[in-house]
Amino acid sequence: MSNVFMGMPTLPVFGDGNLHIEETFPTAAHRELGNTQMRANLRHATHTIRDKRLKVVAELPDWEELRDAGSATKNLVMANLPALLEEFEKNFTARGGIIHWARDAHEANSIVAGLIKEQNTTEVVKVKSMATQEIGLNEYLEEQGISAFETDLAELIVQLGHDKPSHILVPAIHKNRTEVRDIFLAEMPNVDPNLTDEPRLLAMAAREHLRRKFLSAKVAISGANFALADSGTLAVVESEGNGRMCLTLPETLITVMGIEKLLPGKEDLEVFMQLLPRSSTGERMNPYTSLWTGVTEGDGPQNVHLVLMDNGRTAALADKYGRTALNCIRCSACMNVCPVYERTGGHAYGSTYPGPIGAILTPLLTGITSEENSTLPYASSLCGACYDACPVKINIPEILVHLRGEDVDSKRGEKKLPSQMDLMMKGGSWAFSSGKHLGLLEKGLPLGKLAAGRDKKIKALPGIAAGWTQSRDIPAPPSQSFRDWWKKDHTPVAATNKQEK
Amino acid sequence: MKIALFATCIVDAMYPQTARATVKILERLGHEVIFPSGQACCGQMHINSGYMDEALPVVTNHVNAFESVAYDVAVAPSGSCVASVKHQHPVLAERCGDAALKARAEAVGAKTYELSQLLVDVLGITNAAEQLGSHFPHKVTYHPSCHGMRSLKLGDRQLDLLKSVGGIEFADLPEADQCCGFGGTFSLKNADVSSAMLDDKARNIESTGASLCAGGDASCLMHIGGGLSRTKSDTTTLHFAEILASTITEPVSVTGDILVGKAGVR
Repeated sequence: MSNVFMGMPTLPVFGDGNLHIEETFPTAAHRELGNTQMRANLRHATHTIRDKRLKVVAELPDWEELRDAGSATKNLVMANLPALLEEFEKNFTARGGIIHWARDAHEANSIVAGLIKEQNTTEVVKVKSMATQEIGLNEYLEEQGISAFETDLAELIVQLGHDKPSHILVPAIHKNRTEVRDIFLAEMPNVDPNLTDEPRLLAMAAREHLRRKFLSAKVAISGANFALADSGTLAVVESEGNGRMCLTLPETLITVMGIEKLLPGKEDLEVFMQLLPRSSTGERMNPYTSLWTGVTEGDGPQNVHLVLMDNGRTAALADKYGRTALNCIRCSACMNVCPVYERTGGHAYGSTYPGPIGAILTPLLTGITSEENSTLPYASSLCGACYDACPVKINIPEILVHLRGEDVDSKRGEKKLPSQMDLMMKGGSWAFSSGKHLGLLEKGLPLGKLAAGRDKKIKALPGIAAGWTQSRDIPAPPSQSFRDWWKKDHTPVAATNKQEK
Repeated sequence: MKIALFATCIVDAMYPQTARATVKILERLGHEVIFPSGQACCGQMHINSGYMDEALPVVTNHVNAFESVAYDVAVAPSGSCVASVKHQHPVLAERCGDAALKARAEAVGAKTYELSQLLVDVLGITNAAEQLGSHFPHKVTYHPSCHGMRSLKLGDRQLDLLKSVGGIEFADLPEADQCCGFGGTFSLKNADVSSAMLDDKARNIESTGASLCAGGDASCLMHIGGGLSRTKSDTTTLHFAEILASTITEPVSVTGDILVGKAGVR
């Protein structure tokens, strides 16, 4: 267990908000797989980003060392999180910023709504932020009569389309440009009715729409990519400049950030600013990196707030085998290389965090006993492409397997009939825990051969095994196992090669 | 050298010719092959499905089986089972609180090699035609299975061995590094996604015009081969050990049936 103590009750506080999926992954995946347009869009987009990433990563001779450094720094942060948070709070406060601590999504939402109301406004502009997606801030503010305008182009597309993000970096990755044009025509006020799907014109339409909001908004809301403990500095990394506008123009700036985003100091940015852009957009450097430290009189926002949010992070940190999931810097490289994500898209994961990182982070934040969420760790063939791509070397396949173990164990106490999988695993445990047992079972192989019939194929199996035969045959088993052949028919050959190992 | 064969459960029961081919290659090189009879399975199916309590006796059995006999190295014709033995066994033992088993599993893992690792790194095989007499006059493509490629970092060992087989015509597989979608019980629990991945793999294989797709893991090959069989494709799958075992005098057909020789019938 972790020795983290935050002055809160010792029981883990699990996260809430847009982390609880509403249907199991296989059910959602089945539906999403049928969306051929989305699959084509995703395949094109993920393959493009993949190739770009590989190219820029290959340029750095010390990429592996950078990954090691990123991983080590994040491990250090997690091991010293309480002290670093206090150091950050001290420095942030000293520079005129105000810190708010939020235990869960509800607390974070109500703090933000309260701060907005203090400014007597009902409109806010937003920088793209995963933390505010996670807590469902926009929906909460809407209930409070406050309109939040997303200013990142892709977030705007999603918001105007009454849709949900399907990717953490490019949230409208599931839409192609024709679909974007249609959304703009239907939903964007004062849009040119002759708008085409040319990307430049789409961007110009969005820019005109957003410029009005930037200039009138009194409050901006952001997330943060990094927080530097030694100076109380926050950082946002972005591509479009909308973030820079939000961070500098309004009088009030409210940032919502998970407590795991800390770095010890500015020298750590040397590592992370090489890792993040190359891993996320496949660029050597992103166009806009904004850093701000508290309040500067007469320059930029004069009311600077930070909501430091737990929402399940302490619970994740307490998981010895899962805690490195908190090292994630939200680059999205894992989803771009994931063969499952490529086919199902992000919506199938039901959570703010899709793809391989979502399949571990979501159940770590909510607890594995959250019923539908317990299907997420199985949403992987364990191919390992995510681990290879992760800039901070999170061993996602190993954590997926760990969480599967947690899921199975959490259901052991339940008094219900064993599932087919339970029975298969119990039987398998008997068969595979002894050469004698397996040998005995292999005597039955000719029966399988019989079942396969004349074309030597088994084409239909009952129960969960029907999942296999829905698209694959099984060859007729051999009449003799290797073990049996070895015992009866193999003539041992003594070593003639005296070559030493 | 005395080499202990870990046949793996799927090869033992479903693809015995792959293990026989492994034996044949090693004996051809003059090594003594032994088969520790207590062996059964690496336990990967249980571990990857989250059934850790059920995996423990399977892992314990493997460690016992490969501790009970004397040998120089152990070999398995599977990247995924070797990755499990090397990486998952110690982790499982630790999780189950058995420090002694962890140490023993690490010792067994350190002596265990995937077939191409053993051939290239330990036995110095770089040219299959010259050093093994391998001959296989067919058009072949190759799928590098994920665990061999990423967990064991096999690189091009299997591929290079295949390319050095006499008479072989080699065709590159598009998107070769993409998972075939097997993933053990993933293929049952998420059968739709698994099938979608398989579709793409099968299409890429067929686009090469090869008569078969070679690989180093019987489970992935059963998955890919099962998909190709379902669509009545002319292409099939075959373990690279069988291609290396094939010679001019004892050729192996594209379906893996040994055409001539006393190695027994399939």
